[in-house]
Amino acid sequence: MFVYVLRRLSQTALVLAITSLLVFGGLYLVGDPVEILVNPSADQIEKERAAAALGLDKPIHEQYLTFVKGALTGNLGNSFVYARPALQVIFERMPATLELAFLAMLIAVTIGIPLGLYAGLRPGSPVSKAIMAGSILGFSLPTFWVGLILIIVFAVQLGWLPSTGRGPTTEVLGLQLSILNVEGLKYALLPAINLALFKLSLIIRLTRAQVREQSLLDYIKFARAKGLSNRRVIGVHLLKNIMIPLVTVIGLELGSVIAFAVVTETIFAWPGMGKLVIDSIFQLDRPVVVAYLLVVVFMFILINLVVDLLYSILDPRVRLADVRS
Amino acid sequence: MSVLPTPPSPADGVQTPWGRFASQFAESRLAMAGLVLLVVIVLTALLAPWIAPQDPYDLTKLDLLDARQPPGAQSMDGLTYWLGTDGQGRDMLSAIIYGMRVSLEVGVLSGVIALSIGSVLGVLAAYLGGRFEQVVMRIVDIQLGFPAILVALILLAVLGKGIDKIIIALVTVQWAYYARTARSAALVERHKEYIEAARSLGLSGARIVLRHLLPNALPPLIVVGTVQVAHAIALEATLSFLGLGLPPTEPSLGLLISNGYEYLMSGKYWISVYPGIALLLTILAINLVGDQLRDVLNPRLAR
Repeated sequence: MFVYVLRRLSQTALVLAITSLLVFGGLYLVGDPVEILVNPSADQIEKERAAAALGLDKPIHEQYLTFVKGALTGNLGNSFVYARPALQVIFERMPATLELAFLAMLIAVTIGIPLGLYAGLRPGSPVSKAIMAGSILGFSLPTFWVGLILIIVFAVQLGWLPSTGRGPTTEVLGLQLSILNVEGLKYALLPAINLALFKLSLIIRLTRAQVREQSLLDYIKFARAKGLSNRRVIGVHLLKNIMIPLVTVIGLELGSVIAFAVVTETIFAWPGMGKLVIDSIFQLDRPVVVAYLLVVVFMFILINLVVDLLYSILDPRVRLADVRS
Repeated sequence: MSVLPTPPSPADGVQTPWGRFASQFAESRLAMAGLVLLVVIVLTALLAPWIAPQDPYDLTKLDLLDARQPPGAQSMDGLTYWLGTDGQGRDMLSAIIYGMRVSLEVGVLSGVIALSIGSVLGVLAAYLGGRFEQVVMRIVDIQLGFPAILVALILLAVLGKGIDKIIIALVTVQWAYYARTARSAALVERHKEYIEAARSLGLSGARIVLRHLLPNALPPLIVVGTVQVAHAIALEATLSFLGLGLPPTEPSLGLLISNGYEYLMSGKYWISVYPGIALLLTILAINLVGDQLRDVLNPRLAR
């Protein structure tokens, strides 16, 4: 186990190094941030001074070396736009994205698993068919368009919920969270539902498929033959076994929710990391873009690792040390 | 009097593989509805110049006085804007028909290229094995670990705008799915007798891979392909909506929706909503067909 974790972490370092190199090199080729940052009426000398101040006058390999040296000490450079460390800018926005992602996953799981269970246990009933048809719709609806429709219906027409922005926050352990007070939760609800919809369909379909597969297996027949109550068979025996693949998918999807928050945050003007990176791409704020990608990639790899470890705890048949990867 | 021999009815089991495939596919009414819808959409997109009431790219035809007209409004020269007009006075129906063309083009083209690259690499990995297989599958694993939107976002931030750029981004995102599917299908096929037979005939490796292995690994690839084309269309729309995809000169459905976003709050819903419905119907039709294809082509569910 320990060796496994160690090997995975060393792979992480490699992936991060490659990502940084690719993104750094790629971004170097697009546009000149100085043109965007300085006053349009600035003359050549002022531009050169600005470039020198940002370290943009040096050749690319020197810029990259400076970046790597800084990165190894936890400094990913200063944002061109905010003139503060890029990592600091990102970490300030991170709680907003994370709370949105967690709320979305919570919605998807609490609604998705019961609906999937129902559809799996009664595959023929009209309600199940409606659930499954709804899940195909959920797959097909493009997230950003659903966001617009939610705004039209619930914010513009009905006026129940605020359309954009983030509500008042409460400080918890030094983090600013908005979902802990009613007013803030109102603001978070529409974006979270928007983000949850696709995952909800996925969880419904996965749960249903698992239930249908597992309920034919011998251990369920045996549990029924023992005369256990229906509730116990489903709630304990069946649920325990379908949880294994579900946990994997839910874990992996958490990462993808964080990535997809880019879209939802842009629509709802939610001040998270995703909106930050879109703005930074347009403003050619390279340090922030590179730092964002490194942070997200790192989170991703971490989530994957945790899911793998959880998997081995949930399913004793899986032995990580044996898995060559 | 001689009795005419009754022609064998399809129910007698005398069916060509295609006939069996078609009748199995037709079992689901929902899938047939999806197929009909898809055919209509594709035909509309292909025949856009003849069907659309207006050429949305011809700026001389546009009248700014007609901008943001609600659905059903009449233009000066008697043209009815069934779905209203956008901020430039462009007929939304025409813009949607042409936008569908762009969306489908991007989706199908990127799908075909990704399918070609991915399936060849995947089948080769299965056929050659060894170091080649390890390297290819390692890259596939790493790439599939990251969500498509993130990879596409990085690429487009670097590449910039344009139809070719977005196709590059979509191909990069998608090839790994095809490679993985093709490899697992080819791994199963590789040990079958017809491959042995082809080998003992002394056929070249390239011929075995291209003419024997690849065609037999095709059914699962087709299933993945339909799902991926729907994904590609949705992803392109999303990226265009974020302002990272296509240039505004040839708006796809995603860009049309994005253009209408600013008018949404003032109740001019049609500029965003109708292209969205067109996008939804396109993706839905492909997904319905894909769902049924998966059931019909899946050997485990063979009846």
